[in-house]
Amino acid sequence: MIVLTIAGLTLREAARRKVVWALLALTVVLLALSGWGFSRLIGLDTELGTLTSGEARLVASLLINLIMFGFSLIAAIGTAFLAGPTLAGEVESGQALAVLARPVRRSSVLLGKWLGLLTFGCGYVALAGLAQLLVVRGVVGYWPPSPAAGLALLAAETIVLLTLALLLSSAISPMASGIVAVGLFGATWVAGVVGGIGGALGNEGVERVGSVSRVLLPTDGLWRGAMNAFQDPVALVQMGPEGGFPFLADAPLSPAYLAWAVLWVAVVLGLTALSFQRRDI
Amino acid sequence: MATGTTAAGTAGGVLGDLPPSPAVWCSGLRKRYGRRTAVDDVSFSVGRGEVVGLLGPNGAGKTSVIKMLLGLVRPDAGEVLLLGRPSSDPRSRSAVGYLPELFRYQPWLTASEVLDLHVRLSRADVPAEERRECLALVGLAERTGDRVGGFSKGMQQRLGLAVALVARPELVVLDEPTSALDPLGRVDVRDIVLSLRARGVAVLLNSHLIGEVERVCDRVVILDRGRVAASGTLTELLGQHEVRLRLGEVGPQVEERLRATGTLTRSGDWFTVALAAEDDGVTVPDLVRDLVGLGVHVHAVEPVRISLEERLLAVLRHEEAAP
Repeated sequence: MIVLTIAGLTLREAARRKVVWALLALTVVLLALSGWGFSRLIGLDTELGTLTSGEARLVASLLINLIMFGFSLIAAIGTAFLAGPTLAGEVESGQALAVLARPVRRSSVLLGKWLGLLTFGCGYVALAGLAQLLVVRGVVGYWPPSPAAGLALLAAETIVLLTLALLLSSAISPMASGIVAVGLFGATWVAGVVGGIGGALGNEGVERVGSVSRVLLPTDGLWRGAMNAFQDPVALVQMGPEGGFPFLADAPLSPAYLAWAVLWVAVVLGLTALSFQRRDI
Repeated sequence: MATGTTAAGTAGGVLGDLPPSPAVWCSGLRKRYGRRTAVDDVSFSVGRGEVVGLLGPNGAGKTSVIKMLLGLVRPDAGEVLLLGRPSSDPRSRSAVGYLPELFRYQPWLTASEVLDLHVRLSRADVPAEERRECLALVGLAERTGDRVGGFSKGMQQRLGLAVALVARPELVVLDEPTSALDPLGRVDVRDIVLSLRARGVAVLLNSHLIGEVERVCDRVVILDRGRVAASGTLTELLGQHEVRLRLGEVGPQVEERLRATGTLTRSGDWFTVALAAEDDGVTVPDLVRDLVGLGVHVHAVEPVRISLEERLLAVLRHEEAAP
């Protein structure tokens, strides 16, 4: 009951603060631009000759990952900067005083905030991602092998990042928590790319950088799973499985990794609850 | 200090057939922030329907005590019971209304939405009409549909007062409730506190406006440097009074007679003598008779009642022992 009240309040805040409208406008612009870009692919004159529709679909499957990365970035940054002010900001401003003096458990308030942010982030990723897939299908006729799994993994990536941002905002200032969360997200992605290059070069030490960072913060691992679900399997054959190309993933996610991601979110949420419970307001 | 009766009251809550437990009971509260001790061994209670004022200078620990009572700050030591339940139990705050010193409400909600939210959070069943009345009581009847973001500080404090009152509280904690209000608003707050007392609602009032506290409070707890410096009913605290005399031709013998009555202070030909709390009614007439007998010209004799402000300043300056 309290959890749902707070979740609803968090969603209402996102709507009233015009976050939703700003994101919607940004997304519509991105969709329009990508639609125009994809339409230029067919019949594009390259040094190797004109792209056929088959080749265009292949390139589209690569580009779709690039654009989806853009969406995941928007969702990640958006939720991280929403999650920061939601705990630390309300404590700093004094908004939390009146709410937490009510007969509510702090863990319920936290769970409500998390649920609200999760609905917002996942809703955005699912809708914007689906719209993008439809635009690509309409323009170049490419439809990914498992779109639902891909969108779900993108949403999971958002959940991981917002959970991290909540943990940080229970301990440090709102702005710092947003910056650190997005910074870690970027660092893990770069570590993943470095690991991919290590793999391509056959350097195990460098490859391990990617594997370790994917365990510490599952955003990059989930993102790779999402890419694998969006990309044309033919692209992987053409580019080579060990290509180290940052917008192709060579294997789908293992159930063990998914289980780890779920456990990671649960543990971080538990730590946040503990830290928030002990905090003087 | 009502610790003895309080303990009995707590047991009463359990037994059911005894009087209900006090609205607030706290014992041995301690809080340190780093190396600074903010609250040190604070114990007091607020009975049902009683209005208790919390007084003290800036940094005395008043807000820290209030936050510990409400479970917002974890005490390093000590116990708190709110309406008979330990403060670690969220249900202890079911019938508690709180206006924080730092009053901020969701700026993107309207005034009535803020009230709706707090009614839901406190799981109270308050009809919409009653919520509107609550906003009208604090003078926001015309602004129910306006966003809080557009409110002035005074209006936000009024809204905070409505939030504290909306869920039919049995205990209301007001931390500096008039800090942003105009003189009219202060009178409104005083009337609200008096009407709460009339309805049997307990009020813990932290205010710098000693005059307000003196007008509405049954009892006062004075905090200084994190400790209870004095506490008691207003009669207990203000029982001590003085007599001011304007005398002519005062010699050493006369001064000695004045000192024998109580602590003496002199300003020109005005002499102020502090009198014992338990006055037998003959101290002043006897003094005047003796002064006349000593050949002093007695021009004026005025009884002076000590105000709460003077008492507070005396306690804080350690000019007298705390009762």
